Amino acid sequence: MSALLAPALAALAVLPPVAAVDVTTYGWVTALKVAIVLGVIPAGALILGYVFLLKMMSHMQSRLGPMEAGPHGVLQLVADGVKFLQKEDIFPSRADRRVFAAAPLVVLMSTFLLYVVIPAGPRAVVEDLDTGIFFALAVSSISVIGVLMAGWASANKYALIGALRAAGQLIAYELPMVLAVVGVVIQAGTMSLSGIVVAQANYEVSVFGLFEIPKVPYVFPQIVGFLLFMIAAQAELSQAPFDMPVAESELVAGYMTEYSGFRFLFFFMGEFGSAFALAAIAATLFLGGWYVPGMSMDAVASDIIGPLVLGGKIMLVAFFIFWVRFTYPRLREDQLQSMAWKVLIPISLVNIAVTGVAKVVF
Amino acid sequence: MPRPEVPGVIKGLGVTFRTMLKPAVTVQYPHVKETPAPRARGVIALLEENCTVCMLCARECPDWCIYIEGHNDKAPPRREGGKPRTINVLDRFDIDYGLCMYCGICVEVCPFDALFWSPEYEYSELRIADLLHDKQRLGQWMDTVPEPPAYESGAQVKPKKYASPAAARAKNAS
Amino acid sequence: MTVTEPQQLAYIAGQAAEARLRFELETEGMTLNIGPQHPATHGTLRIIVRLDGEQVVWADPSCGYMHRGYEKLAEVRKYQQVTTLVNRIDWLSSFCNEVPFILAAEQLYEVEAPPRAQWIRTLLFEMGRIANITLFLGEMGVQLGAITPVFYAFRDREHVLNLIEAATGGRFHPNYDRVGGLKDDLPKGWVEETKAVMDKVREFCDQMEDLLLGNEIFERRMRGIGVIPARVGLGYGLSGANIRASGVDWDIRRDEPSVLAWKDCDWKVWTHTDGDSFARYWVRLQETREAAKLVDQLCDGLPSGPIMAKMPARLRVPKGEAWVHTENPLGEMGYYVVSDGGPSGPFRCKIRSASFNNISILPWILRGVYVPDVITILSSLYFILGDIDR
Repeated sequence: MSALLAPALAALAVLPPVAAVDVTTYGWVTALKVAIVLGVIPAGALILGYVFLLKMMSHMQSRLGPMEAGPHGVLQLVADGVKFLQKEDIFPSRADRRVFAAAPLVVLMSTFLLYVVIPAGPRAVVEDLDTGIFFALAVSSISVIGVLMAGWASANKYALIGALRAAGQLIAYELPMVLAVVGVVIQAGTMSLSGIVVAQANYEVSVFGLFEIPKVPYVFPQIVGFLLFMIAAQAELSQAPFDMPVAESELVAGYMTEYSGFRFLFFFMGEFGSAFALAAIAATLFLGGWYVPGMSMDAVASDIIGPLVLGGKIMLVAFFIFWVRFTYPRLREDQLQSMAWKVLIPISLVNIAVTGVAKVVF
Repeated sequence: MPRPEVPGVIKGLGVTFRTMLKPAVTVQYPHVKETPAPRARGVIALLEENCTVCMLCARECPDWCIYIEGHNDKAPPRREGGKPRTINVLDRFDIDYGLCMYCGICVEVCPFDALFWSPEYEYSELRIADLLHDKQRLGQWMDTVPEPPAYESGAQVKPKKYASPAAARAKNAS
Repeated sequence: MTVTEPQQLAYIAGQAAEARLRFELETEGMTLNIGPQHPATHGTLRIIVRLDGEQVVWADPSCGYMHRGYEKLAEVRKYQQVTTLVNRIDWLSSFCNEVPFILAAEQLYEVEAPPRAQWIRTLLFEMGRIANITLFLGEMGVQLGAITPVFYAFRDREHVLNLIEAATGGRFHPNYDRVGGLKDDLPKGWVEETKAVMDKVREFCDQMEDLLLGNEIFERRMRGIGVIPARVGLGYGLSGANIRASGVDWDIRRDEPSVLAWKDCDWKVWTHTDGDSFARYWVRLQETREAAKLVDQLCDGLPSGPIMAKMPARLRVPKGEAWVHTENPLGEMGYYVVSDGGPSGPFRCKIRSASFNNISILPWILRGVYVPDVITILSSLYFILGDIDR
C-alpha cells in the first residue's frame, strides 16, 4: 500500500503547509482508506439499487423501469435521494427524540463497520483483522438494536410490533449464517477474510486421488454452506421471502413507519449498503473474493484488478439475492421462524460436522 | 424411473428469468403513442350542418352534460313562389367532458347523423372549465373521425347510411 | 372503627366501575381498522377487527364507502341509460354486469335477441371473466408479497381489453348491450385476433401455475387458511368460485336455463374439495383456462345473422317483473327489474351483487385467524368494492 501511495503523497509533501507531515503513517493511510470506503458505500448502494431494484426488477416484470431521469434512468436514485433530503424532518409528538434520531444511525453504523474487513485486493483492505469474519458477523448484528430503537422510539404500536417481528427474525437467522460460515473457517483454517481468499487460491481438490483441480473456490465443497448463507443473508436483509417486517400490504407498515426524509434515506442506504456488504462477504467466503486464477498474490496490479473482480462477483451474488426477492411470496412470521430453527440450524450443524471430519480425514 | 419433479420454487425462478430476457412491453408515452381502435370512444365530434336542434341527445344523455340552444329562423323557400321555411338554427352546442361518461347514447340516438365518435384522447386541460367543448371545437374534432371499420364475416348488419363522416357531410351538401 | 355508609356506597360504586371496565369495554385486545384506505382491501372496505396479540378475536366489515346509489339512480333513468350505470358495478368485467340487466329488460319488453347477438354476448361475457380473474391471479401474489405476477396479469389482460375496445369502443365500460341485441357488429378480423389472444391467456395461466401455484412458499401460506365448509358457505350466500372451492357443484351457466350460448358449448365446471384459500385460487385458475376454451368454441361456432331484433313498436313497457341471474366472475349476480308500465325506465331495479354476500362471511371466517392470514383470506375471497357497495 505504501508503494502505491508514495508517489501521490510525495506530491502532497511538496505543498508548504503539509510538507512537514509524514503522510505514510498509519493514521493518514487509514484515513484515506476510510474515505475511500465512505465513497464506496453510497456508490455501491446506488449501483446495486439501480441495476437490480430499478432495472432488473423492471425487466423481470416486462416493463422498462425509470427512463426519464438521465439516460435510461441512471440518475433516478440520485433524484430520489435529493427528494428525501429536502423533506420535512418529522418527529412523532410522543416519540423519544434522541432514540428516534439515533436509530437510523445505529443501523447505518453497523453497515459501515462491515466494510472494514472486506478485502478488495492483497493490500486493499481497511484493516485485515485476524478475526475478520467473526468481527463482520458480530457487527452486523448491531443493526438489530437499531431496529428495536426505531420501533420503540416511534411511539406507534404498529411500528413496535413490526420492530419486534424484525428483531426476532434477524436474531433467528444470525445462527444459520454463523454456522454456515464455520464450515468455511474450518476449511480455510483462519478467520481472517484475506486469509480465506489466500486459502481458496491455494486450495486443491483431489478427485479420487487421480488428479487434482487447483484453486477451487469454497462454493463447491461448501455448497450446503453457501446455500445456507444465502438464505440467511436474504433474511438478514429483510428481503422476500423473509420481508414480513417491512411488508407493505400487511396491517403494520414496519418499524420504519414514522421515518421520513433523510432518516428514511439512512435506512434505505443501510439496506442496500448491507446488501452490498453481505454480497461481498459471500463472494469472499465462497467465490474466492478478489482472486481469479492468473492473478498474482502481491503485485500492485492485483490491488487495481482485485476490486473489479470482487465487484463482478458481488453483482453475481446480488443477482441471486434480488432474483429470489422478486419471485417469491413472503413467509409468515411463524413459518419463517420454524424454518430457521427447525430446518436451517440442524442442516448447518450437520454441515459443520461433516466438514470437520472431512478436514481431518482427507 | 420417472423424471423427478422440478420443485416449484425453481420453476418460478425460471419464469422470471425468461421474462427478464424478453423485451419489455412498456410503450413510452409521450415519446411513442399507441393508436386506439377505430371504434374507441375518445371524444365526440359535431357535424353542425346536420344538426336540426331536435334536442334528442341532450334529453337522452344520462348525465345531462350537453347544453343546446337554438332559435327559429326563416329560410328561403325550396321552390319559387313557395312559403318561407322555418328552420332551427344552432346557437350553442356544448358538451361538458368533465361530466361526460363516454357512453355514446347521444351519438346513437341522433337521427340526423350529426354526432360521431373519434378516438382522440389527448385533450386534458389544466382547468376543469376548459373541458367544456363548444360548437367550434366539437366541429374541429370531425377531422379526426375515422371511417367505420368493415364488419366481421357472418354479420348481416345493414350499415347505417350515414355512419361514415364523409357520407354524412355529403348528405347536406346535396 | 366501623365503615360508614358513604364509604360503603363508594366501595360498591368502585366495584361497578371496575366491572364495567373489564366486561363492557373488554380492555384486553386492540381494536384496529383495516381500511378504508388499505392496499389489501380492493377498494374502500373497512373491517373493524379486535386483536388479541396477533389473533383476531372479532371482525366486522363495514362497507358503504363507495355507495353510489345505483338502485335509486336506476329509477330515474331509461333502460338504455341504466346500462351505462350498471357497467360500473364490477368494473373489471364490466360487460358481465350489463348482460343480466339487459336480459331482464328484454323479458319485460317481451323481445328476444337474435342468436348471433346471444353468442357475441356470451363471447364478451367470457372475455370479461378472463379480464377479471387474470387480475385476481396476479394480485393474489402481491398480497402475499410476490410483486412480479401482477405485472404479468396486467400485461396479458391488456390484450383482452384491447379486443373489447375494438368491438365496443370502451375498454372498461363497453356499454354494448341494447334491449333486443347489441349496438353494432364485430369489426373485421376480430375473431382471429381473439383466438390469438386466447393462446396468450393460456400461456399466462401456465406462467401463474409455475410461478405461484407450484411455489412451496405460496402453498404454505395458502393451504389450510380460511377453510369454508360447504354448509357454512351456502348459509352465508357465497357464490362463484368461493363456493365451488368448497366442493359445491353449482354453476348458473350450466344449471339454469339461459338464452345465452353456454349450452351450445362443451365445457366443464371446476370444483375443489378443500375449501381453503389455495383451493379458491386453483379453481379460479382452472376457470380462466375454461373461459379461454369457451371463447375459442364460441368464436368457431358464431352464427351469422342480424344482431338486433325487430323491436315492437310500443310506447310503454308492459307491467311486470323479471329476475335474471348469471354466473359472473365474482359470483352470482342478479337483477330484479320491476316495470310499472311506464314509458321508458324501470320502476325498481334491485341488484343482487356477488361480493356483498361474499363478504358477509368475514365475521365468521376471521375469528381466531392470525393477522397475516387475514390478508390472505380477504384476497382469496376476491371482492370488488363497486360490487359490494353499488
